[in-house]
Amino acid sequence: MPDRVALIGGVYSNYLALQAAIDDAQRRGVDAIYCLGDLGAFGPHPDRVFPILQENNVQVVQGNYDNSIGNDLQDCQCGYTDPRDNYFAKLSYDYTYANTHADNKRWMRDLPSEIRFELGGYRVLLCHGSPRKMNEFLWQSTTPLHFLDKLARDHEADIICATHTGIHWQKSLPNDKYFANVGVIGRPENDGQTHVGYMILEVNGKPSFEYVPLEYDYQRLAKEMREEKLPEEFVETILTGWWTTCLEILPAKERKCGQY
Amino acid sequence: MQTTPLDIAAPVTEYPELHLDALDNLWFQVSGTLCNIACDHCFISCSPRNHSFEFMTLDQVEAYLQESVDLGVKEYYFTGGEPFMNRQILEILERTLEFGPATVLTNGMLVKEKTAKRLEEIEAASPYSLEIRVSMDGYTEEMNDAIRGKGVFKKAMAGTKLLYEHGFLPIITVTKTWEDHKDEEVMNGFTRVLKEHGYGRPRLKILPSLKLGKEIARTRGYHKYEMVTHEMLAEFDYSQFICSNSRVATNRGVVVCPILLEAESAYMGETLKEATKSYELQEQACYTCYLYGSICSNFSSGGTDA
Repeated sequence: MPDRVALIGGVYSNYLALQAAIDDAQRRGVDAIYCLGDLGAFGPHPDRVFPILQENNVQVVQGNYDNSIGNDLQDCQCGYTDPRDNYFAKLSYDYTYANTHADNKRWMRDLPSEIRFELGGYRVLLCHGSPRKMNEFLWQSTTPLHFLDKLARDHEADIICATHTGIHWQKSLPNDKYFANVGVIGRPENDGQTHVGYMILEVNGKPSFEYVPLEYDYQRLAKEMREEKLPEEFVETILTGWWTTCLEILPAKERKCGQY
Repeated sequence: MQTTPLDIAAPVTEYPELHLDALDNLWFQVSGTLCNIACDHCFISCSPRNHSFEFMTLDQVEAYLQESVDLGVKEYYFTGGEPFMNRQILEILERTLEFGPATVLTNGMLVKEKTAKRLEEIEAASPYSLEIRVSMDGYTEEMNDAIRGKGVFKKAMAGTKLLYEHGFLPIITVTKTWEDHKDEEVMNGFTRVLKEHGYGRPRLKILPSLKLGKEIARTRGYHKYEMVTHEMLAEFDYSQFICSNSRVATNRGVVVCPILLEAESAYMGETLKEATKSYELQEQACYTCYLYGSICSNFSSGGTDA
C-alpha cells in the first residue's frame, strides 16, 4: 500500500471548507491529515474550526496567526508595510482575537512550529512559512531552486511542505528532494475561481503531490461574514475569487495574475 | 526560536557585531555611482561624473551569480546609480533570471519602447519575478523636480507608462520628504496622478530619507548620539538590519550594505564567501536600520518578527 497523507493549508476560520476538505480526504482513504497552520483570520466564528480539527485527529503546525492569537500579541506578524494592508489586517486580527475562546488560544499557543515524519523512506518536514521562519513567504516566482535546496540541506529533510502565501505550487529539487506550498482553504487563490484546495502527498516509490480543488458552500460563508460585519472587501474575495486586500506583499508575477 | 547573532561578549569590540544570518539578498551596484541625474537627497551622491564605483560587467555579475548558488541566495537586486546606463543591463537581467528573482531600482527615465519590449520578453521567459522599482519624489512636476532635477518628472512618468504597457507593475519608490501628517495626502496624490498618466494599478513604497551624501546639505546629517549601541540591541530583532541578510557586489569587491557603499568599514572582501564574515555596526547610518528596519528590499520576502 502506498503512503498517502492530506496536507491542509491556512484555514482562516473557513470551517465550512475545513469540513469539506476532511470529508474529501477521508473518502480518498488517506493515512493521516495534517494542517499547516493559520487557523483564524479573515472568516467568521473562529471557534468553529477547533472541534472539527480535534474530532478528526488532525495534527496541526502552528502558524504566525496562531502564534499571535495564542500569545496575545498585537498583530498577526504577517509583516505588512503598506498602510491599507495593515488597516485590513488589523480588522481581521481584532475580530479573530475577540472571538476566540481562551481554551482555543491556549491550544494554539502550544502547537508545534514543525512536524516531522517519514513517508515511504522520505523525511517529511511540515512547517507554516518556511522551516527557518514561521512567517516567511515562499512564493513560486521569488523562491529559487538553489534556495530550496539549501533549506532541505540545512533542515535535513527530503520533502518540505509549507503554506502561508495562499497560492499553491510545487517543485522537484536536485537529489530527489521536493518542495510544496500546499495553498490554503481559507480563501480562493486570486484566480477568479471560488473554490479552494488542499494537497495530497503520496509516496509510491517516488513522492507525488496532487492539488485537490475543493468546492464548498461559499455562499453560506459569505452570508455569515456579512452577519458578523466583516469587511465587504473580504466577502468579495470569497464570492469572486479575487484578492482585494493585503496585496502589496505579492511579487510581480503573482500580482499580475489577480484583478487588483 | 532563533539564536541571537550579537556577539555582545566579544572583549575587544567596541561596536555591536552582527553576523550574517543567511545571504538572502544579493545586491549589485551594477552602474556604480554613475547616474544620468543628480538628486538632492542621494545618499551616495550619484551623478554623471561620480566614478567612485564603475559599471559592472556581465562577467563580473556572472561570477557572483555562480557563487551565490551554494550560499542559497533568495533574491537579486540591481542598483546604482542608474542601472539602465549600463549597456549590458538587459543581458545581465536575462542571465540573473535563470538563477532567481530580480529587482531593478531605476529612475525610469531611460526606459524607451525598445528597452521595455526587451524587458517584457526577458520577464516572460523566466519562472521568476522581475520587479522594476521606479524612484519618484513627488506626484507633481514641481514637487518631484525640485529634488530630482528639471524635466525628470515627465520622463519618469513616460517610462513608467511604457513599463505598464509592457506588462509590468512598477513599484513607485518614494523617499519621504514631507511631514507625517501629509502621508495620506501624498499617497493619494501619487495614486491619482499615476492613474492619470496611464499607470492603472499603481504600487507604492515609501522610504525614509537617509542622512548621508547630498542629503546632509539638504536637511542635516546624523546627530552624534545617533549610533547603535549594545544597550539598544538588548531586546532588538536583529533581522531588521540589512547586514544580517544582504551584501552588495560592486566592480571592486563586496561591501556590507547598499547605503554604506563609500564607508571605509563597509568593504568585506573580493568574494561572497569572504564577505560572509560579521560586521561591526560602527556607522551612524546603521541607526537608520535600527529605526526603520530593512527598508531596501521588496515587500514579498516576509515579516521579521516571528
